[in-house]
Amino acid sequence: MKIAVCVKSVPDTEAKISILADQLTFDHAGIKFITSPFDEYAIEAALQLKERYGGEITAFSLGGEEVVEVLRNTLARGVDNGVHIKDPEFAGADPLTAAKILAAAIDGGDFQLILCGQQGVGGDNSQVPAMLAELLDLPQATLVVALEIEADKFKAHCEIEGAHQIVQGTLPAVISTGKGLNEPRYPSIKGVMAARRKEIVIKDAAALGLSGQLTASQRKVKLIALNAPPARPSGKMIAGDPATQAHQLARLLREEAKVI
Amino acid sequence: MTENILVWVEQRNGQIRKAAGEVLFEARRLCTGSGGKLVAFLAGGNVAQLAATLARYRTDKILVADDPSLESYSTERYTEALVCAVKKENPRYVMAAHTAMSQDLIPRAAARTDSACVTDITELREENDVLRAVHPMYSGKVLGVFELTSPLSFLTLRPNVFPPDLPDEIHESEMEQLAFNPAPVRAQVVATVASTGVKVELSEAPIIVSGGRGIKGPEHWPMLQELCDVLGAALGASRAVVDAGWIDHQHQVGQSGKTVSPKLYIAVGISGAVQHLAGMSSSKVIVAINNNPDALIFQSATYGIVGDCLEIVPKLTSACRTLLSES
Ligand SMILES: Cc1cc2nc3c(=O)[nH]c(=O)nc-3n(C[C@H](O)[C@H](O)[C@H](O)COP(=O)(O)OP(=O)(O)OC[C@H]3O[C@@H](n4cnc5c(N)ncnc54)[C@H](O)[C@@H]3O)c2cc1C
Ligand SMILES: Nc1ncnc2c1ncn2[C@@H]1O[C@H](COP(=O)(O)O)[C@@H](O)[C@H]1O
Repeated sequence: MKIAVCVKSVPDTEAKISILADQLTFDHAGIKFITSPFDEYAIEAALQLKERYGGEITAFSLGGEEVVEVLRNTLARGVDNGVHIKDPEFAGADPLTAAKILAAAIDGGDFQLILCGQQGVGGDNSQVPAMLAELLDLPQATLVVALEIEADKFKAHCEIEGAHQIVQGTLPAVISTGKGLNEPRYPSIKGVMAARRKEIVIKDAAALGLSGQLTASQRKVKLIALNAPPARPSGKMIAGDPATQAHQLARLLREEAKVI
Repeated sequence: MTENILVWVEQRNGQIRKAAGEVLFEARRLCTGSGGKLVAFLAGGNVAQLAATLARYRTDKILVADDPSLESYSTERYTEALVCAVKKENPRYVMAAHTAMSQDLIPRAAARTDSACVTDITELREENDVLRAVHPMYSGKVLGVFELTSPLSFLTLRPNVFPPDLPDEIHESEMEQLAFNPAPVRAQVVATVASTGVKVELSEAPIIVSGGRGIKGPEHWPMLQELCDVLGAALGASRAVVDAGWIDHQHQVGQSGKTVSPKLYIAVGISGAVQHLAGMSSSKVIVAINNNPDALIFQSATYGIVGDCLEIVPKLTSACRTLLSES
């Protein structure tokens, strides 16, 4: 079974984000980049399927230099191949652009399954998987928390508010993974050593046949500013013994904030 | 310029989702400003009667795809129906609530029509005649502002953020069936299993009471549940207690859980890690109950109590019960 996994390199969730003077980008200096946490479930799902059915896993990541470490780490977990998609033309790609680029890289690779995370943490768009499925003309299941693969069929439990939807479909398909699907493994020392010897293939716009097609001016969504959120007004601390505190709070919620 | 808006109205079990109602109200506000037409689009099996109730959102038109093949959800079939509705109505914006199902459907429809797509929007504002959408990023540390200049944009709105209006009981609206050709699909929902132990669902709940490691153990959930029952609140949790196995993941609020925006969020024994804040910092009023006066959560709190939550919460429950029974 040939499996593609899309991994996104994102700033560590603890990172301080300093917006630069252009108001469109943030300072990468001193920021640690990590595999987007939801993509870890996608990688783990691919590894488990390979253990069961054999095959080959290729990880695709679009981005700048921050991607290299994340791809190495993905290879160290046991993924076979890494493809780093980078080109100055692709900088700042919005989700539809990213999906088009990933689709171009994945298309024709004869993959039975394309795994994504449910959401790239930080950008928090949750768009790329469904877009990728459309562009590759494949069925999809998103926010998957349980997955079974049998021959050319899949059965996925998709989390929706207050329920699970069980989706059945045929492969090839695009699946986006949610928390709870599995317990992602850490890379082993042996894996880390092996990953050093693996080659990361680099693809640019020309190699993907996309030169001049997905540049900033051609995109549909225009980011015009990154702003700091307004500071929350400073709060009120409620003093006294527990009974007084509880009573005061209930009263403030009712009479001042009017929320109960 | 008149800018028509088409709203995909999400329904489940014969009920319009509350968050879909909020989107209809917001779309109505925008249409009133621009002179555009508001079209509500409802897809499903046997939904004609439900569709008629949408008139009270002061829609100009209700478009219905009522077909047995839409009874259970399929991304491909719903995408086809939605895109068919979009082609017919030619709106400037397609809007939906930001929910699990819209995450599955809306980006796919946007890709099929090669259009702009912005998800999880917390603010829409008109500036110099263009619509701008605000989407929180990086755990809420940054607000991204996007300008919607494309001829067609798909937008999903965060639940509980856009204020509901008063529905209008008597409004009349044009109603039309969408002629729709259900082609075969490759994937489809075959069953829906309701989660057990969820009394009030988190993402649409007006009030949430969440517990963290400070509640000391799963034996104290009933204490929080009682406060939930008095307030009509949903029960939330930090990741630490989900990972510890005290409660199911569906209760988790935060970066790797649910994003919520209730009018009142009560954080009990939660330290206020940035990944937790990511999921709840757009709540209107935040209450923190924590025994550590230096806990980060107090920086985001509207009201803070320093104390032992095991002592405070039962007293708060009875204070609320008394206060609410007086009125
Ligand atoms: C990639 C990533 C994603 C994450 N996603 C999430 C997420 O989605 N949601 C989430 O919540 N976290 C998430 N986290 C984890 C987050 O960093 C914190 O570890 C977690 O939120 C801590 O949970 P907590 O506040 O319950 O526990 P602690 O941090 O242990 O805090 C417990 C608090 O309880 C207080 N306390 C103790 N005893 C009492 C008492 N008797 N009365 C009152 N207060 C008391 C303490 O003072 C302390 O402030 C994520 C982390 C990472 C790295
Ligand atoms: N730049 C990227 N490179 C590789 N995969 C990506 C990229 N952006 C998004 N994805 C994939 O799409 C998923 C959802 O991302 P998003 O739509 O950005 O929230 C991620 O979890 C990844 O699996």
